[in-house]
This record gives sequence, structure tokens and C-alpha cells, in this order.
Amino acid sequence: MSMVKLVNVRKSFGNLEVLKGVNLEVSQGEVVCIIGASGSGKSTMLRCLNQLERISEGEIYIEDVLSDKRANNKDLMKIDPVTVQSLCTELGMVFQNFNLFPHLTVIDNVTIAPLIVKKIDKKIAETRALDLLSMVGLSEKKDEYPSRLSGGQQQRVAIARALAMDPKIMMFDEPTSALDPELVGEVLATMRHLAEKGMTMLIVTHEIGFAREVADRVIFMDGGVICEEGTPEEVLLNPKEERTKSFLNKIL
Amino acid sequence: MLNETQLWAIFDGTIVTLEIAIVAIIFGAVFGVVVALGRLSKSKTANALSWFYIWFFRGTPMLLQLFIIYYAIPIIYLDATGATFTVDPMIAAFVAFSLNATAYLAEIIRAAIESIDGGQMEASKALGMSYRQAMTKIIIPQTYKRLVAPLGNELIMLLKDTSLVSTIALFDLLRTTKTMASATGSWIYYIYAAAIYLFLTTIIQVVFDIMEKKLGIYER
Ligand SMILES: Nc1ncnc2c1ncn2[C@@H]1O[C@H](COP(=O)(O)OP(=O)(O)OP(=O)(O)O)[C@@H](O)[C@H]1O
Ligand SMILES: [Mg+2]
Repeated sequence: MSMVKLVNVRKSFGNLEVLKGVNLEVSQGEVVCIIGASGSGKSTMLRCLNQLERISEGEIYIEDVLSDKRANNKDLMKIDPVTVQSLCTELGMVFQNFNLFPHLTVIDNVTIAPLIVKKIDKKIAETRALDLLSMVGLSEKKDEYPSRLSGGQQQRVAIARALAMDPKIMMFDEPTSALDPELVGEVLATMRHLAEKGMTMLIVTHEIGFAREVADRVIFMDGGVICEEGTPEEVLLNPKEERTKSFLNKIL
Repeated sequence: MLNETQLWAIFDGTIVTLEIAIVAIIFGAVFGVVVALGRLSKSKTANALSWFYIWFFRGTPMLLQLFIIYYAIPIIYLDATGATFTVDPMIAAFVAFSLNATAYLAEIIRAAIESIDGGQMEASKALGMSYRQAMTKIIIPQTYKRLVAPLGNELIMLLKDTSLVSTIALFDLLRTTKTMASATGSWIYYIYAAAIYLFLTTIIQVVFDIMEKKLGIYER
């Protein structure tokens, strides 16, 4: 079974084609790190997966169930919104800028989606939230507002918030890029912990060291396509493609 | 000095002024959210309707709107049905001021919603929330603090603008005092009126300042 599968996915913004035929299949428990230059379409690919953006063409499967199929910007399947919504919540997402809800305390940030989307019992939601907060090492901050937390702490809350919806796949879009260097480690540690617990993960990152350590597979994107993929050793240490080599030279 | 009758008349006038302003600000805030959401909606119809609403009520004088509701509607009704129909002036004032405040507040609310970072809607959607859930639970609550000050301003404007209702047979604060001034030939009544307006607007200012601080606790 594959957790997510993209088949010949294309995405254009107006005349600008950002994804130019992406094929990707991620299996259960796999940790996939995505690297690539700015503008290569990494974020767009993740955002298409949970339909923050709608693809222009191609097919997306989540746990082998079709969630979107389009050609020429036309919806070919008209899959019912409830199904799409439940498929998309199988994907948790962590953003570069955390995007915590500033008007809610830490614990309310974590419980709000389970409460209003899944309509689960408040007690159960809070117990679960506390478990998640202690997993990310922040249970004592549960009643703080996000503005009182450091960036690293905010990002860990954001991870707990995404996990509270019990996603099968976690997507991270440059989760440490907005952090001061000394705060990067704590977020990476949380992600490493998730990876060890067997979470399927798709991580856009510039942290090459981290990718080498936790990734099962590394994908190098360039110009809207997957240019090279393989194990971390293959892609990061012995890249075959010239474009991969020159990208790695630039960032290392 | 004021005798007891005058005192009560001024008191009643103040109540009329306050009632209209408070009713208008409450209805204006509630319907203002609706019209603002219409302006932000992807639906062309909702968008056009709310655009038209705001265009009309901001583009015509308040006094004209009051006249339409109080004078014109009964005539239209008479022409259409042959039956007479009178509008209670107080109701006319409530309706006119509420409709007008709605238009002004809708624009303020829309700007406040648009000022919330787009990442908030994205995070909400990524967590499976519908547009409606994201708006009501995440986006709109974050605008409250930003809305307090403009809401206070609007209430102060309304409080002063209510003096227009003297044209539809209502005795608000200003008309009451003006009548006394003309009857007695004394200017002191205008001072009383000014003092009461200032007293009310100062209270509004203070209360709204406190509310703004309270609502901002999450911002550090
Ligand atoms: N909503 C949008 N409207 C128009 N163009 C967009 C939009 N979102 C992204 N783009 C464009 O699509 C291209 C790819 O963007 P994307 O964010 O996917 O790149 P990225 O690989 O994530 O880059 P970065 O490393 O800078 O985050 C860019 O040229 C960007 O300007
Ligand atoms: Mg990006």
C-alpha cells in the first residue's frame, strides 16, 4: 500500500507552470526529504497533496484512494467533498512560519481541530493534547499563548497540533527555516522522534545533515520536476545529475 | 438652574440618543460581519449585493436615509396598497441608523479580516476545518482587538449623528436642549448638552480602551 501517490501531477498559476509532471509514491513509514532550489515547486507539491492548492492535471491518491484527478484544470471525478476532506486530514502539515493560532492558548491550539472537525469529547481531546504536548516536551506551557513561546517551542506546538488530528502522513515545509540556529535542534529532535515511531513523513528541508540521518529517500526537485531521487547516500553523497551536484555545492 | 421637568426632559432626550446609538452599533456590528463576509465571498452574487449595499449607504446622506424610511416608505406603501401605514419614529431611527452603521462597519470588518495573515486560513484548512469553521473560530476572533477602536469611533459618531432624528419628530438630547434654549432665551442649555455629549463620549472612549487592552492579552 502506498500512503500517497502523485501521478503526472502538473500545477500552473496562470501561465506559470510550477509543477511539470511529478510522479511520487511514498510507502508506509517512509521518511522522504525533499531538497531543491527556491522556486522549484517543493512547497507547491506539498500544498497540492492536501489540496491547499488544486492541481491542474494528474492524479493524487491518499492511501490508495483517489483524492483528485484533473486534466486541463477540469475536475474529472468530482469526488464528494466529505471524502476529500477526510482524505486530506490524513495529511498533517507543519509550516515554515508555524501559523499557530495566536488567540488560543497552547492546549486550545492543539484541541481545536479535533473538537470542531472531528467533534470528539472535550475531555478526550485534552488528555490526548497533553500526551502530545509532553511528547514534544511542552506540557508545562499548555496555558501560555503562542506569543510567549520561542520559535522552536512554537514549531513543536505546531507539530503537536497537526498530530492531534491523527494524520497518517506528516508533511513539513521547511520547519526550521524561520528559526534561530540554536533552536533548530529541538525541532529536528522532535521530528526524529516521530520518524523513529514509524510516522510516514514528507519533509522539505535545507538541513542536509538531518536529511542524511533520518531520510529513507531524498528527492531533489528542480524546475518543477523530480530531478533525482534515491537513498541519502546516493543523492547527497554521490549525486549523478549535474543539477543536483551544483545545488549541493551551493548550499554546503 | 434646571427645574425638575427640564431635568427629566433632558434625561429622556439623552436616553433617546443613547438608545439609537447603542441599537445601531449592535445591529451594525452583527450585520456588518455578514456584509463583510459577502464582500469577501467567492460568490459573485453575494459580492455584488454587499458591494451595492455599502455603496448605497455610504454614498447617500444619513438624513436622506432617515427620510426614506420615515417619510417615503409609508407613501410607497400607500401607493402600492391603498392602505395607510405609519412608521413609529423611534423604529425608523433604529432601522436607519442600524442600516447605515452596518455599511460603515462592514468595510471596517472586511479590512480587519483581510489583515489577518493568510497562514491562519491555510493552517485551519490543513487541519480539516471548513471555510466557515476557520472564519468563525480562527479568523474573526483575531479581528476583535483590531475592531474595538473603530467600533468605539463609530459609536461616538453615531451618538453625535443621532441629533438628526429631530427631523422626524423625535426629541433627542440636542433637540430637547435647543427647545429649552429657544423657550427661555438662555444659552446655558447648550452648555448642558455639550457637557452630556462629552460625558458620554468620554465614557465610551474609556470603556473601549479597557476592552482593547483586555482583548489583546494574547499579544504578549
Ligand atoms: N499562489 C501562487 N500564485 C502564483 N505563483 C505562485 C503561487 N505559489 C507559488 N507560486 C510560484 O510557484 C513557484 C514555486 O513555488 P514554491 O513555493 O512551490 O517553491 P519552493 O520550491 O517551495 O521554493 P522555496 O524554497 O522558496 O520555498 C514560484 O515561482 C512561486 O513564485
Ligand atoms: Mg517553499
